[in-house]
Amino acid sequence: MNVLTCIKRVPATAGHIALTPDGQEIDTRYLGFTISPHEECAVEEAVRLIEKHGGTTTVLTLGPEAATDQLRDAMALGIERAILLETDGREWDPAATAAAIVEAIQAERAAGRTYDIVMFGNESADSAGYQVGVRVSEALDLPCVTAIKALDVAGGTVNVRRQTESGWETAEVALPAVLAVKEGINLPRYPSLPGRLKAKKKEIERIKPEWRDGGLEKVRLKLPVQAAHSVEVLGKNGDVSAELVQLFRRLSLL
Amino acid sequence: MRVTSLPAQARVVVIGAGIVGNSMAYHLARLGWKDIVLIDQGPMPNPGGSTGHASNFIFLTDHSKEMTLFTLDSVRQYKELGVFTQSGGIEVARTTERVEELKRRMASSKAWGIDAELVTPAQVKEMVPYINEQIILSGFSTPGIGTVDSLRGGTLMRERAQALGALSITPSTEVTGIEVENGRVRRVRTDKGDIAAEVVVITSGIWSPRIARMAGASIPLSPAVHQMISVGPVPLFADTVGEIKYPIIRDMDTNGYERQHGSDMEVGSYDHRPILWDPDDIPSIGQSKLSPTELPFTKEDFDESLEHALELIPDILGDPNVGIRHAINGLLSLTPDGFPLLGETPEVKGLWSVAAIWIKEAPGIARCVAEWMTSGVPEIDPSGSDIARFYDHQKTKAHIRGRSAEGFNKTYGIVHPREQWESNRRVRVSPFYEREKALGAVFFETAGWERPNWYESNKPLLADYGERALPRRYEWEARWWSPIINAEHLAMRDRVGMVDLSAFAVFDIAGSCALDYMQTMCAVQMNLPVGRVIYTSLLNPAGGIKADLTVMRLGTNHFRVVTGGADGMRDRKWFADHLPEDGAVQLTDLTSSWGTIGVWGPRARDLLQSITDADVTNEGFPFGTCRFVDLGPVRALASRISYVGELGWEIYVPFEQGARLWDSIWEAGQPLRIAPVGIGVYGTTGRLEKCYRAYGNELEQEFTLVETGLARPQVKPQDFIGKEAYLKQRAEPPAVVLCTLTIDDNTSQSGFKRYMMGREPVLSQKGERLVDRHGRGSYVTSAGSGPSVGKTILMSFLPPEQARVGTRLAVEYFGERYPATVAVVGPTPLFDPQNTRVRS
Repeated sequence: MNVLTCIKRVPATAGHIALTPDGQEIDTRYLGFTISPHEECAVEEAVRLIEKHGGTTTVLTLGPEAATDQLRDAMALGIERAILLETDGREWDPAATAAAIVEAIQAERAAGRTYDIVMFGNESADSAGYQVGVRVSEALDLPCVTAIKALDVAGGTVNVRRQTESGWETAEVALPAVLAVKEGINLPRYPSLPGRLKAKKKEIERIKPEWRDGGLEKVRLKLPVQAAHSVEVLGKNGDVSAELVQLFRRLSLL
Repeated sequence: MRVTSLPAQARVVVIGAGIVGNSMAYHLARLGWKDIVLIDQGPMPNPGGSTGHASNFIFLTDHSKEMTLFTLDSVRQYKELGVFTQSGGIEVARTTERVEELKRRMASSKAWGIDAELVTPAQVKEMVPYINEQIILSGFSTPGIGTVDSLRGGTLMRERAQALGALSITPSTEVTGIEVENGRVRRVRTDKGDIAAEVVVITSGIWSPRIARMAGASIPLSPAVHQMISVGPVPLFADTVGEIKYPIIRDMDTNGYERQHGSDMEVGSYDHRPILWDPDDIPSIGQSKLSPTELPFTKEDFDESLEHALELIPDILGDPNVGIRHAINGLLSLTPDGFPLLGETPEVKGLWSVAAIWIKEAPGIARCVAEWMTSGVPEIDPSGSDIARFYDHQKTKAHIRGRSAEGFNKTYGIVHPREQWESNRRVRVSPFYEREKALGAVFFETAGWERPNWYESNKPLLADYGERALPRRYEWEARWWSPIINAEHLAMRDRVGMVDLSAFAVFDIAGSCALDYMQTMCAVQMNLPVGRVIYTSLLNPAGGIKADLTVMRLGTNHFRVVTGGADGMRDRKWFADHLPEDGAVQLTDLTSSWGTIGVWGPRARDLLQSITDADVTNEGFPFGTCRFVDLGPVRALASRISYVGELGWEIYVPFEQGARLWDSIWEAGQPLRIAPVGIGVYGTTGRLEKCYRAYGNELEQEFTLVETGLARPQVKPQDFIGKEAYLKQRAEPPAVVLCTLTIDDNTSQSGFKRYMMGREPVLSQKGERLVDRHGRGSYVTSAGSGPSVGKTILMSFLPPEQARVGTRLAVEYFGERYPATVAVVGPTPLFDPQNTRVRS
């Protein structure tokens, strides 16, 4: 089977998020870049599926040249192929992003490469639009399940489970399908040294999609009021156990 | 931990609770300080500085004695705290150059008394079963190496200081300002309130420059990235109890290390491009994903290191199930010369810097600085790390960044003892610089000054002197060296030479109480006739040697002090610190006003006489006197002394007239075949033949005037700093005596003649260390050619049993022992022992 996993490069933010003076971007001077935890799980799930069932894995992102870092990270974990839909750094809205991905998938199909599963993280870590996977499935006329916490491929179908407040929702979906997974579906592996070095040398295929206007326009970013936090040292060793128990009760941890 | 609210007042405020601040708090408390306040912007026990992410391992041997002593003391302290885990450590060589360097490290280990051995690749494999021994050529193994829990160690130190009732701690408190009044620190301002304080100690690591600037002081360091990753879980480490079982590997040729940490392997590197940060750009705690000193990992910088590490330990790092679990660009501190920044800042009284310190040396340095703050006399001499060593230009951002970047990749480098810096050169040039350049001067740098080390224009002298120039055919010793130095030496001894000495630091001491002041400062009699020049030592209160310099008495209330360029700023602070507060004595730094030429050799008088009407006969201008003389159209201050053992003068000339004086001397010198002579002669060959001591080599606070052979027959009746201790030292037999040795045979097993460069261990003929009653081992303090005596000359402090003329000893150099003989005990010169030349 063939799995395509779509990811998005985002800043790895810290407790205190700073914005650029014009309010248009997160100030990333001190920050590294990453993908959302959901996407990390999507990559891991793709690698596991292929380890189990055989086939090919591809990772795709829409972003600037620097996003090759995230593609290589995915390849270091076992993804074989990577496609960069290269942008000039401007932010694409969910509709435009989905359209570019659809175009790429169609081009792949024209080249004889079809995908049984197009995998997404449930939402991106920065804008959290929950849209791209759904829009891609709609455009390609594929079934789509989001918020997946477990999946199992058997024959031409995939069994998926979603967690609800009252229990598990299960569904059987015919492949090909679009699947958006949630953090917790697996415990992603760490990259090995040989994996990292192999990924470094791999080629990344590049496509330059045409810029298109989406339906969303960013006016500006605004920070929510950030709660001031303070540290209170209760004591050390065993002499604070009673206080700790009380604290845990208050936090409903016990 | 008891966290207290901020007190309004403290005896001392320590800013920064990393390993350095905690160690400082403890040692100050131990030495009786009370009302110590330790503050940090972050929470305890890990406030977010470099201590929190350090790899925490300790290799013992450094070529620097000072740094090794700090490290050994730190290990003693960590052991006593129970936070040290001994694992052993091995530096491995992949190249033949490194194999040689490891032999040199072995010699340094022997010199400083560290148990270590050179081992074969097979022996390394036995100790480290996962290493690929096929790609290494040898190893340098030190069993005493280990790791520490520096956060726990710091916590224990804090708790001890609290138990002594001396310390209060306020975490999450940010310093916003430091108030200074009349040049003295008064108050620390924080976001939680102000603290009035007599003393402030900056132990703020990479933030130190920012904190110092609040008080108007400089702490010249640059934050720099050190990349480190942690990979695991390693199946082989699954059953390790504690954090480490296998020796730590330093892969010296690729600037990397691999060390077990529980079930993980930490791989670190100093191989990548220097990545420097501006202290003002460090993120706040809130802005940091991990901590302000753990910046996002930049993979591309580490890729090459990954490959190197994989080559060396493929069994562990090549395992596809072993993953990179943690990777950081950790910030640490770099300084322009690689040494820490210790001591009271020269800009602000009561403001101390204890910065640019690694885990391996922190507690030892803290003890040293706490002693320094308490009695003025630390047991380990911190002169090489004294923050007062920098001239202003060395505190500029351009200098700090240039040198820090250049030094970064030398962290595991093979650094030649004479290796020169490449960045920020030509900052200080003498008035003679253009003339020297035209003569093909090869410039070496001291304290920013460009000084000719030799002149290529003297190459024809090599034909005159042939083998007497003691040419070196082994590349290592021929590096940063030329036989022309020895030829210049011989030409000076045969005829006359001129030496640029403009790097001297020159201070005028003047005022109504100048004589009393100078008496207090100097160990020799200062009540001299006007026009006398004298050599003296300055002592610390314990009788250790703080400085050596010459003093001219230019007037009843006017002295001129001349000291080495490398020591100038430290000496200036020492003088300035003791000036009377009422202004009755003033110090003026005239370094930039006076250029200096030394003219020495048997024809020096003929030369000088040819350009002056002044009486320069031995009777008219005797040794040890100075006066202004007209030399052609220039009026200069001539001082009849010598550091090379020849008749002649140091001639001080106003800077702007220097080139004119050079031309006069040069032209007058032509019929005498004058040679321009470099510092290679002045600093090494000339002085070693005369057994003159040099500060930083033989002269340190650790040694006494008696041990160095500088004690004079009489002690002046006036009081001076260190007198009481000095009198006591004179009454006891010395623990060591400074001796001059010569090498009997320089021939190595390979047939090449080899030449020591200093800091090698001096051993018995059988190869045993010589140790004095204080436990100090003998080592070579200075080494160089003696062209006029035809031998390699060494100086070394020897225990009394060995300090006898004719004693046969050995010097270990690159793994071989060379026979040496004690030629002189004490200060008698090897060449011209009666000093007839100087006094002729």
